[in-house]
Amino acid sequence: MPELDVLIEQACNGNRRALSRLITQVERGDDSAETVISHLYPLTGNAHIVGITGSPGAGKSSLVNEIAKRLRHLNQRVGIIAVDPSSPFSGGALLGDRIRMRDLYGDSGIFIRSMASRGNLGGLARATGAAVKVMDAGGFNTILIETVGAGQAEVDIAATAHTTIVIEAPGMGDDIQTIKAGILEIADIIVVNKADRPGADITVKALQAMLQLGHPAKTVHHGTVVDVAGVPDEQSALSWQPQVLESVATTGSGVDDVVDEIGRHYTYLRETGRWFEREKDRSRQEIEQLLTARFIARLVALIPQHERDAVVADVAARRQNPYAAVSQLLEKMMSADFQNLPRG
Amino acid sequence: MEEQKIRVLIAKPGLDGHDRGAKVIARSLRDAGMEVIYTGLRQTPEMIVEASLQEDVDAVGLSILSGAHNALVPRVITLLRENDMGDVPVFVGGIIPSEDTVALIDAGVTAVFGPGTRMDVIAATIRKAVAERA
Repeated sequence: MPELDVLIEQACNGNRRALSRLITQVERGDDSAETVISHLYPLTGNAHIVGITGSPGAGKSSLVNEIAKRLRHLNQRVGIIAVDPSSPFSGGALLGDRIRMRDLYGDSGIFIRSMASRGNLGGLARATGAAVKVMDAGGFNTILIETVGAGQAEVDIAATAHTTIVIEAPGMGDDIQTIKAGILEIADIIVVNKADRPGADITVKALQAMLQLGHPAKTVHHGTVVDVAGVPDEQSALSWQPQVLESVATTGSGVDDVVDEIGRHYTYLRETGRWFEREKDRSRQEIEQLLTARFIARLVALIPQHERDAVVADVAARRQNPYAAVSQLLEKMMSADFQNLPRG
Repeated sequence: MEEQKIRVLIAKPGLDGHDRGAKVIARSLRDAGMEVIYTGLRQTPEMIVEASLQEDVDAVGLSILSGAHNALVPRVITLLRENDMGDVPVFVGGIIPSEDTVALIDAGVTAVFGPGTRMDVIAATIRKAVAERA
């Protein structure tokens, strides 16, 4: 394999094989990942990162396929990262999102990469953010991230993407589901896919009613139209109100509206300065994750396996409580660090 | 640090619509701890190689029951070489007459797995070929 710096240069010049190899490097998460990201980071920050999430079978892959086709007509280069779950038992994975994206074959303005979640909860793989950076540096204008089929709480995508699309399918529960905390809260755009199915109109209405609970609205009460107060006007002019859109991804119906709405959200983020706010949120989360990972790696390096195992056994046998165990490990780490300090 | 995951593309080139074998293989390689990219039915060699390139796979598995293996398999191998992926091992499964097996191996196929091949043999063969490549 060529040296990393050669790969990086080739990838930035549009070599797809090099780009692909770099994603493998960052996915491995070892030292070379750090080298790759350090080199590429100054070239990133230009792509519009769009997350697509929703329950398994709601139509995420099919919708990604249709959105990507339309973005290509707008002359955007589109990177796609499709995440599917890893087996908790074997660690293997079946990555099948490409099956729905076969229309995108043969277009050099499209790059599709499947990723296994590799034990990460939250709907993404640990290296998804790094893979996005590689594509961003590689000159892709829009990067679509399809999450693992998500239920209620897989909300990591909101911290990774600028724009989050939540896809719902008809017949997934009553209106109380729509006001529960979690996945619907992160939506910038809500799409009811399979809108040709029975019950789609009920799902749309339930979602719209949920959104109105948080925003000023007009409603009919005993035959008269009343204004329901929401947040003050100057704030609501700046705040984004998610729309509920309908689509049938298998025919492409309604997808033009989804693409328009993605564009509208991009303009909103740029004009209000929210773009940089989202970048800051993302950077903060990224730094915290890296810190945690480094910290754990340091723990593993400084305290031998048998000592860590002994602590685990003590906690399991109720000889020690978990808080005391952590304090003990921290103390050991600090004294080990102290002994390792260079003398002189 | 994570162990290196083996990424395998399983594809059905050509026009036969029988994908049960491919799905059984995909599932069993998943259970063997590999990351399997399954691309579905009726793939052209160009589609298979493009997917292999984007996914940076460690191995490619082709399932063919149509009898078109002598045309499809060498084309996949040629395209892999043209895309700087000539070192990626290619495996073939399905209904392949034994005289054709020899020709396919000569053309660059690492192994041909006929009906009745044990799953653990397939997984072990792929692991070995991938390890030798690295």
